[in-house]
Amino acid sequence: MQRRHSLLLTRAQVFSLALAGMGAMPSGAQGALTTPSILAPASTPAHEIYALSQFVLVITGAIFLVVGGLLAFVIIRFHARKTDAEHEPAQIYGSTQVELAWTVIPVLIVVVLFLTTARVIFAIQDAPKPQSALDVIVVGHQFWWEFRYPKLGIVTANELHVPVSTSTMPRPTFLQLLSADVDHSFWVPQLGGKTDLIPNHPNAMWIDPQSTGLYLGQCAQFCGVEHAKMLLRVYADTPDQFAAWVKAEQRPAMQPDAHNADAVAGRHVFETQACANCHTISGTAAKGTFGPDLTHLMSRATIAAGAAANTSDNLRAWIQDPNTVKPGALMPAMQLSDQETDEVVAYLTTLH
Amino acid sequence: MADQTYPIPGTLDTTPSRGAALLEWVHSWVVTVDHKKLGILYIAYALVFLLVAGVEAMAIRIQLAIPHNHFLSAELYNEFFTMHGTTMVFLVGMTLIFGFGNYFVPLMIGARDMAFPRLNAFSFWMSAFGGLLLYFSFIGGFGLYGMGSAPDVSWWAYAPLTAKAFSPGHNTDYWALALIVMGFGTLGAAINTLATAFSMRCRGMTLLRMPLFVWLMVVASADTLIVITPLTAAQVMLIIDRYLGGHFFDTQAGGSATVWMHFFWIFGHPEVYVLILPAFGIASEVIPVFSRKAIFGYPAMVAASVGIAFVSLSVWAHHMFTIGMTSVSNAFFALSTMMVGIPTGIKIFNWVATMWGGKIRFATPMLFCTAFLFQFLCAGLTGIMLAVAPWDWQLHNSYFVIAHFHYTLTGSFVFCFFAAIYYWYPKITGRMLSETLGKWHFWLFFIGFHMTFDTMHFVGFLGMPRSSYTYEPDRGWTTLNMIISAGGLIQAVAVLILVWNIIDSFLHGPLAGNDPWDAWTLEWSTPSPPPPYNFETEPVVRSRRPLWDIKHPNDPDWKYER
Repeated sequence: MQRRHSLLLTRAQVFSLALAGMGAMPSGAQGALTTPSILAPASTPAHEIYALSQFVLVITGAIFLVVGGLLAFVIIRFHARKTDAEHEPAQIYGSTQVELAWTVIPVLIVVVLFLTTARVIFAIQDAPKPQSALDVIVVGHQFWWEFRYPKLGIVTANELHVPVSTSTMPRPTFLQLLSADVDHSFWVPQLGGKTDLIPNHPNAMWIDPQSTGLYLGQCAQFCGVEHAKMLLRVYADTPDQFAAWVKAEQRPAMQPDAHNADAVAGRHVFETQACANCHTISGTAAKGTFGPDLTHLMSRATIAAGAAANTSDNLRAWIQDPNTVKPGALMPAMQLSDQETDEVVAYLTTLH
Repeated sequence: MADQTYPIPGTLDTTPSRGAALLEWVHSWVVTVDHKKLGILYIAYALVFLLVAGVEAMAIRIQLAIPHNHFLSAELYNEFFTMHGTTMVFLVGMTLIFGFGNYFVPLMIGARDMAFPRLNAFSFWMSAFGGLLLYFSFIGGFGLYGMGSAPDVSWWAYAPLTAKAFSPGHNTDYWALALIVMGFGTLGAAINTLATAFSMRCRGMTLLRMPLFVWLMVVASADTLIVITPLTAAQVMLIIDRYLGGHFFDTQAGGSATVWMHFFWIFGHPEVYVLILPAFGIASEVIPVFSRKAIFGYPAMVAASVGIAFVSLSVWAHHMFTIGMTSVSNAFFALSTMMVGIPTGIKIFNWVATMWGGKIRFATPMLFCTAFLFQFLCAGLTGIMLAVAPWDWQLHNSYFVIAHFHYTLTGSFVFCFFAAIYYWYPKITGRMLSETLGKWHFWLFFIGFHMTFDTMHFVGFLGMPRSSYTYEPDRGWTTLNMIISAGGLIQAVAVLILVWNIIDSFLHGPLAGNDPWDAWTLEWSTPSPPPPYNFETEPVVRSRRPLWDIKHPNDPDWKYER
């Protein structure tokens, strides 16, 4: 088993070189990249798929060379020339032996390909869940991601934090995939294949990023107007970072400093206006669940599922009219006065 | 007998006015039940919608040429990619195959018309009105501003995005109703093709002497009959959900999203074969004629075609590897999908063997068919990659998939039908298409095609998902997308050259004569264009290449055929 794996890796390196030669292919690189390439796997399922894909590429590449070579030969060798004799070429109607040969050889290739494929299907899909695994429930919404950590009591959105998983300390993350509305698909290419989030049809997948960093992905099943801006960020943290993040997320929301009059007023606006119908800020009257949980909003780098950076200016623009940032987003323009908007933004920016 | 000596009082002008003549001409096309005229109507209709879908594709490519582009709004982009897919499959693909099928199946089997001429006309007009209904959506709803209520739920229209809650208005209704209407037209055409091929063959034409194009039309029609039914059923269920309170796919009321997926793909995957099989038929006519050799392994070609049709009915869930089926189901559909490669491989080998030892003339039809062979080889191999379920978990819904199915539907289907246009235009119009313009068309389209779709494979490897109206600038997809869009523009220019060629050659092209390609099937024994009755006397054939037998009386096929 181990020998086989190393064999595949050798091929992997060969192919990385070949693909890199084609240009624009950041292959073989380790760690998180801004290009979510399936050629730079950073998690066991992605690695296994990558190794399998090298094997399949070798076989299909060989077929391509043989058949494509035959076709090229035929085109060059048998095109009509002025010097040809007038009469028609010899008519050949078929040959049972030849046809049998090119039926049996593909059958054998299919058998090999299928057995290899089946092994990886079962290895990834039916992998046992270790005791040390982290559970996360992913809920797809139009057009954002909700992440719930049931055993840790954390709810967050759009930016998933998971611990890094090493061979000495395996800590895979098992995702349960649900949908609140239509079909979505969870896809972070460097970490593994995609799995759909389908209402009434819970799915599961697992990842175990082996190096720290930010892995990018996005929704991969058309889910409506803003499908293109349903982006996904997965942070693989060191065990210490992850523990610190968990501790911070488990706290209720920060109380605004009494000297910060704007923020105090903003909290009041938030709790008394429609904001509270859709958003939760733990420890306040806001308990809505239709939109993202904002308890630790400022711990996230982006807003609107990655559509904009999490800055005061963007927050203000978003609250005034989400359609300017992400046309078709389901949050309505809040119709607040400029002063109220400033106050809400001042409050939100205290939610670390 | 009019009496010349005593004219009727007053003048009776028997030459109609220009307006009346035009009306008469239009009327003759509207009420026609002639298979050739209906074939031309189908083909013309398909070409018009090919241009429309091309415009949609160009708009999509302009939008994606640079990241964060604002050429199209998100809503409009979603309408355009939905309509591009729906148009190409139903209004271009299906009408092209039945257009050429209509025109050439009776001619190739020595018949004077299709089995059911009136059903034939009915089928065409149902398809035509279905298409018009679909496109009327652009001016329905809020009108052209914002492009009306054109369907915007993608051409696979996964539930529950199509439910009233998520698709208010009439976008989805236009889509579902248009597909139902077109479905009836398609079923009629399929039944007609089967009946014609089975009961109208001339004397001596046994089933195993039918030209391969006719065989492939038969197989495609049989598959059509099987798969349009679940599609229509699904559309009816969808309409019931939307208007009569049904809960088939309404997940909020306990319905099932995955049931829709099964219904749709048990139609959708064989549909791809419905389209590609007649394209195989064209290649199987063109390649022998331009290689000057009989098709290699005719019985194997027939068997492989029937085999593909059967296997294609068992592979649909390879579109669904990511929906969370059990590992055993995933393995099953991986295997069944890989098995399609076996009969398909036989076909490719037989085409290459047909060319082997021939004297290949690279006229425009043969150029397109040769490129088809190469591109279909690639499409088959990327198909094998996608059949590898774990790899599909990565590639599914990425641009790799877009590249793969455009290799089959553009690189194979459209290339073969371009070949068909150059090959049979002389028969249909009596005039040759310009070879010079044909070569320009071919090379530009070939280069543009490879710029666009080769590059798409790589942008798919780099994680770009389909159906997205824009993308982030930092993802490393920008340069590749610019190349893809540039290639699209080159293909558009090539198609305009074809349009010009078709119009100009109709007026000024050199006369074709009966048999410009020195071909061997029965349609080349009639004048170009053929008279309404096709054949003065019923032909009698003794082999698969009746005209070869006539041209080579000392060395006829029937002495050697197995």
